[in-house]
Amino acid sequence: MNDYLSGLGALLEQYDVLGAFWTNIQLTFWGALFALVIGTMLALMRISPIASLRWAGATYVNVFRNTPLTIIMTFLVLAVWTQLQVSLAADFNSNFFRLAVIGLAVYHAAFVCESIRSGVNTVPLGQAEAARAIGLSFLPAAQLVILPQAFRGAIAPLGNTLIALLKNSTVAAAASVSWETASTMKTMLEFNADYRWEIFALFAIGYVILVIPIGLLTTWLSQRLAVKR
Amino acid sequence: MRKHTMGLLAMAAASTLVLSACGSAEVGGEPDGGGTATAGGDGGGDGITIGIKYDQPGLGLQDGAEYTGFDVDVARYVANELGYSEDQITFKETPSANREAMLQNGDVDMIFATYSITDDRKEVIDFAGPYFIAGQDLLVAADNTDITGPEDLEGKNLCSVTGSTSAEKIKTDYAEGVQLLERPGYAECVTALSAGQVDAVTTDDIILAGLAAANGDGNLKVVGAPFSEEQYGVGLPKDSDQCEAINEAITKMIDDGAWEEAVATNTEGADYTPNADLNPPKPADCA
Amino acid sequence: MSSSVLFDAPGPRTRALIRGGNVLGALIALGVLAWLLVQLDAKGQLSWDLWGPAFSARTWEFYLLPGLQNTLQAAAYAIVGALAFGMIFGMGRLSKIAPVRWVSGVVVEFLRAVPVLLMMVFFYGLFGVVLPGVADKAFLAVVVALILYNGSVIAELVRSGVGSLPSGQGEAGLAIGLTDGQTLRSIQLPQALVAMLPAMVSQVVVVLKDSALGSIIGFSELLRSGQIVSSGDGNPLQVLALVAVVFILLNMVLTVVAHRLSKLLSSRTSGLTDEGPGIGNPTVVAGGAGGGAGAV
Repeated sequence: MNDYLSGLGALLEQYDVLGAFWTNIQLTFWGALFALVIGTMLALMRISPIASLRWAGATYVNVFRNTPLTIIMTFLVLAVWTQLQVSLAADFNSNFFRLAVIGLAVYHAAFVCESIRSGVNTVPLGQAEAARAIGLSFLPAAQLVILPQAFRGAIAPLGNTLIALLKNSTVAAAASVSWETASTMKTMLEFNADYRWEIFALFAIGYVILVIPIGLLTTWLSQRLAVKR
Repeated sequence: MRKHTMGLLAMAAASTLVLSACGSAEVGGEPDGGGTATAGGDGGGDGITIGIKYDQPGLGLQDGAEYTGFDVDVARYVANELGYSEDQITFKETPSANREAMLQNGDVDMIFATYSITDDRKEVIDFAGPYFIAGQDLLVAADNTDITGPEDLEGKNLCSVTGSTSAEKIKTDYAEGVQLLERPGYAECVTALSAGQVDAVTTDDIILAGLAAANGDGNLKVVGAPFSEEQYGVGLPKDSDQCEAINEAITKMIDDGAWEEAVATNTEGADYTPNADLNPPKPADCA
Repeated sequence: MSSSVLFDAPGPRTRALIRGGNVLGALIALGVLAWLLVQLDAKGQLSWDLWGPAFSARTWEFYLLPGLQNTLQAAAYAIVGALAFGMIFGMGRLSKIAPVRWVSGVVVEFLRAVPVLLMMVFFYGLFGVVLPGVADKAFLAVVVALILYNGSVIAELVRSGVGSLPSGQGEAGLAIGLTDGQTLRSIQLPQALVAMLPAMVSQVVVVLKDSALGSIIGFSELLRSGQIVSSGDGNPLQVLALVAVVFILLNMVLTVVAHRLSKLLSSRTSGLTDEGPGIGNPTVVAGGAGGGAGAV
């Protein structure tokens, strides 16, 4: 029993599990921030008066929503970094971390866009008519009337997208971010097969601990901020 | 309505049955060796499953429906000596990270996959051989003159494959300030080197030679100053009784000239000669 | 509903402005494309020496098509298994027996929270020990991980599908003397399943995309077989581009099917035929009230 515990303790000392989770949290934070910005722009494009913008927004969503994230990550390394020589930092670790953030952002932006659109669909038609009636043109109407209500209606799907993003941050492994959780767990399993269940439980529970609060928070927020109609 | 639900469930169950009737496709079109993967199968029986690399030009490469490379040639020779005919051999991919597990699980009977004999590995599996001695080296651009050894990598960018220890070794033993990139395959490392985003690719010299020959177009060269000794052994499950027979086969292959021929044909055009002091090796005694 | 509520139909001046903007946008897009091509060409990446092998019959016959077959097979097993898993646990979550409900709830919430890549890595190692005779452990690990994750998502779809039915449906069942279980099985579930069908098709897209994660544990699916063939031909980027196109086309077709189905089936059930977001986590059906101001 003591051997068992000390073995487990040595394992935790040898591998930086908390650091790995911290990497995924950082990936998620930056990825979510950029995905929200890009996704909101895409949503605006998709409801805008200009047909070509609507088309461009729809094309973006259709392409990125249907591409495996693994392929996006690999593409960033093989095409953007290797061939187009776009370096985001001189330091390799920062460079690939940032590439992974871009990969997460462009992929999830498509889902953010669809979440916001579903939020826009919860805004009653009368709101848009009223905005137009008081003389607002498209952008002010969107900014002052539609989007604030749409975001509230979109909190639940946006929360789901955030949870998906957190879990998908493990795919950063495909962009050579080898110190994140999935890669760390893989290495730990390879060299410590005896503790297989414990290692998996450690990482799985870590994600449960991160995911459940996001789920509870978004449910609470979406109920609290719901536009009463 | 009730019938409706049952119908759906029945449909799901039926499709499960239909699906389970067909196994997964073997990339490369070689027939699945179904059920032959019993650990340490005796010669002459129903066949043998040998683990090789699929993605290393010159050593183990899937080439259409065929498999080519030095490892593959040695594997074929040894299997023949053990009494297996060509059509009794099933090749299976054994990626670096999964080799021990695949031997322990009985997925493969033996492994010829640039498998270095180390004490750590000897604790969990057995080795026959070595059948070749390689050394870790560096692949650089042909016009590169400032990298002549691992010490020169300080502050440089280095690429290696995921799950390999060779890059880590340079970082700890030679150049602490080296920046490491890990990719799932050597081809991606080589394109990064050709594009100038990394300064060197590291792994064993014979692998690098194969890569340079297959992908380099003469723009890449192996530095040629190996800084380690990698004894390529034949991976066997623990307590296998095949070790002696395999060593005899390897010795025979070296004696009758087939070994030398295999080295020559598989490194053709690569400007590579194996370290003559160490090669051809004499197989070590079986434990 | 047209989007014209948010803005006036553009007048001649605005139309001219938009046209100008379109031309400018197209020029910028073309410029970026040209820059990309010039950059790639400068690196020799447009050379037919690299693209030719990627299109060759050998590449497709021995690598990409078997890889695609593995991808589709893994996805097929996974979606069927996930359906069975989802039905069982979805019904479990709707059970009148509290412990069954709790256990189903814990299982589903746990599986929905764990990244599917972690499950694949774990099962791959585990199967090595507990299933020594099975030939293709990577395949099995991918399928099991996909079943557990997507099954838990489908369990939620079943639950929300039944929840989205008008309460009159369940009450009617009870009124004609059916038990709770009978009402669930013969009245609510059939309608919920029809309502779920579009979301299920979207879930196949998720399964297909996630199956590419199998390449990380060495499962010879489409992406991995692309990596293998490119290591001999030295053209990883070109093969990756082809693999990406195959995935995108496949998934786009499925997305269109999901969309059509959701429109087609909305008259066949009293549930909501939402096609789902295709990201894995089902969207909580939002309100349903109001007209939808900006629907395109």
